[in-house]
Amino acid sequence: MTDTNITKDPLVEMRDIHISFGGVKAVDGVSIDLYPGEVVGVLGHNGAGKSTLIKILSGAYQADSGQIIVDGKEAKIENARDARDNNIETIYQNLALADNLDAAQNLFLGRELTDKFGFLNEAAMEHKAREVLHRLNPNFKKFTSPVSALSGGQRQSVAIARALLFEARVLIMDEPCAALGVHETKMVGELIDQLKRDGLGILLISHDLHDVFDLSDRLHVMKNGKLVGSVRTEDVTHDDVLGMIILGKMPEHLMHLAGPGATNAPGSSPDAPSSQASEIGK
Amino acid sequence: MLRLLSKMEVDRRLVGLAVVLLIIWVGFDIASGGRFITPRNIFNLSVQTASVAVMACGMVLIIVTRHIDLSVGAVLGVLAMIMGIVQTDFLPQFLDYNHPLTWVLTLAVGIVIGAAIGGIQGVAVGYLGVPAFIVTLGGLLVWRGAAWWVTQGRTVAPLDQNFILLGGGIEGTIGATWSWIVALLAILAIAYAAIMERRRRLSFEFPVKPVWAEYTNTIIKAGLVLVVITTLNAYHLPTRAAERLLENKGIPVTPENLEIAHGIPIPLLIVALVAIILTIVVKRTRFGRYVFAIGGNPQAAELAGINVKRMTVAVFALMGVLCAISAAISSARLQSAGNDLGTLDELRVIAAVVIGGTSLAGGLGTIYGALIGALVMQSLQSGMALLGVDTSLQSIVIGLVLVLAVFSDKYFHRRYSDPSA
Repeated sequence: MTDTNITKDPLVEMRDIHISFGGVKAVDGVSIDLYPGEVVGVLGHNGAGKSTLIKILSGAYQADSGQIIVDGKEAKIENARDARDNNIETIYQNLALADNLDAAQNLFLGRELTDKFGFLNEAAMEHKAREVLHRLNPNFKKFTSPVSALSGGQRQSVAIARALLFEARVLIMDEPCAALGVHETKMVGELIDQLKRDGLGILLISHDLHDVFDLSDRLHVMKNGKLVGSVRTEDVTHDDVLGMIILGKMPEHLMHLAGPGATNAPGSSPDAPSSQASEIGK
Repeated sequence: MLRLLSKMEVDRRLVGLAVVLLIIWVGFDIASGGRFITPRNIFNLSVQTASVAVMACGMVLIIVTRHIDLSVGAVLGVLAMIMGIVQTDFLPQFLDYNHPLTWVLTLAVGIVIGAAIGGIQGVAVGYLGVPAFIVTLGGLLVWRGAAWWVTQGRTVAPLDQNFILLGGGIEGTIGATWSWIVALLAILAIAYAAIMERRRRLSFEFPVKPVWAEYTNTIIKAGLVLVVITTLNAYHLPTRAAERLLENKGIPVTPENLEIAHGIPIPLLIVALVAIILTIVVKRTRFGRYVFAIGGNPQAAELAGINVKRMTVAVFALMGVLCAISAAISSARLQSAGNDLGTLDELRVIAAVVIGGTSLAGGLGTIYGALIGALVMQSLQSGMALLGVDTSLQSIVIGLVLVLAVFSDKYFHRRYSDPSA
């Protein structure tokens, strides 16, 4: 993994993505990127287009135009399976787990281990599940209860473990902390930190700034289907970002990073400093 | 007591059902002056339950995937008619009457057509997106009408001599010796499964049940098998039938020789086979796992790469196959196929499944629960018939029991097994 020698090729880049539904431009020329060992928040109001953008990456929608580049090569992502083949795993808002199955059964859903007769090898799956979940969350004990009996944080652990089990390198988390308590939010935060240390790239999708501000290294902010701008978390305050989300306006001191969607953006400036985020306009 | 059961990892709902069944049996036995719990009545009960029980096994999968099949009774009707025609009109053109292949080919035709009928309904549900309730409500009318069209309403009889063995009856049993052999095999299988499961868990150092619990579990299961087989072997053929049988085989008729046990009726054997195969499918195969995943969260199943539409077709096709087997059992039992065969069976089947603890919301249900549910329904009906209760009152009681069963299940489930509620 490229964690020490940071050659800094992005894990994933989405370039100039367009998609419209019945004449409404849901995503209009947005470009974002994600590097290994990095947590990037994608922020915006409901309807800003962030979920649509991410669903294009996870294969749920197909872009009308634009490129997706994984590890420097253009990737065709037409369905969830293609995304997975590119090591992109998505953890959905409604926690895509089957409530009636237990942790191990959920971890291996769709990719069960079988014995030589083609029957499910429950023991081997439970063994592997225990291993992965223990690494993520040493307190996890309820291996044989249906996941409906688990707390929100434990369910997130299962969902993340599921992604890890299949060697995800890019993890997309849709509203990772929605419907979680304070303690559980903290737990998910710790999980994310650990994944980051393991060199994964993580995209956090949220409409709530507070959920993701402290977890993210960078933020992409969207409004009305366009990218307002991309900023490093350390360069901005909560208020700066709120301004971006609500007004679609870049903070004054970062105007040079503004995207085409920013209301007071000077347009795509060709002489912008070669920050990671200034791919826009290509 | 509850803690003891959880140590033994016994399904609490199963224990509840077993207790209900026991109360019904003992109650009817007392009320009828000891005529209910007799080898003869138990034998008849098992034969009468068989047809509904086979279909109930498939209905579990349908309901677990959040669908319903209201057409099973009508599908049974049309398949019984088709199989009747195949064995009485069609096959005799090529084979002798009562040829040993007749029943095999007949059943095969029924199973293929059953799978096709189920598959068509599955396509309408899965690919065309019509709710299963509507598709199978339409199916109920279509297939019942089709059953009439097969012969313009004429009842098909008599059926093939080998085919009618599928329905039980005097010769449709496997006799005492084979019954003991089946019992022995069943007990060996129970012990083997327990040992293998424990060994597998130990090899991965997972927690296992205490040894005493393993022994108790195995002994209870083996004991049940023995009790059932002993009971069935204690039911002897009527003297006249025994005489005829001995004469046919050229064995001298003496008082000792006349004591011929029925043993396991063939329909019960079919039920056991279907239930065992489907239990293995549900617990040990991808197919079964996907059925439950779809019931738990169809979206999650889809995202996990499961082809939900194709699974829907497969589950409905399987239901059609089981309808064919049930059609064979019930027409064989009556030794004729009439176009009203299986009328209202859809309700008996669904009631059995629901009493057996399958949730109409999907994702939850067991094959063995459905079997006990079917037995509860049939016990109530036979018991009341034995006591001479009016048929009208019988349906009132059974209707009330169904509602009560679902209510009590919901109530106890909420109170005792869901810590988050």
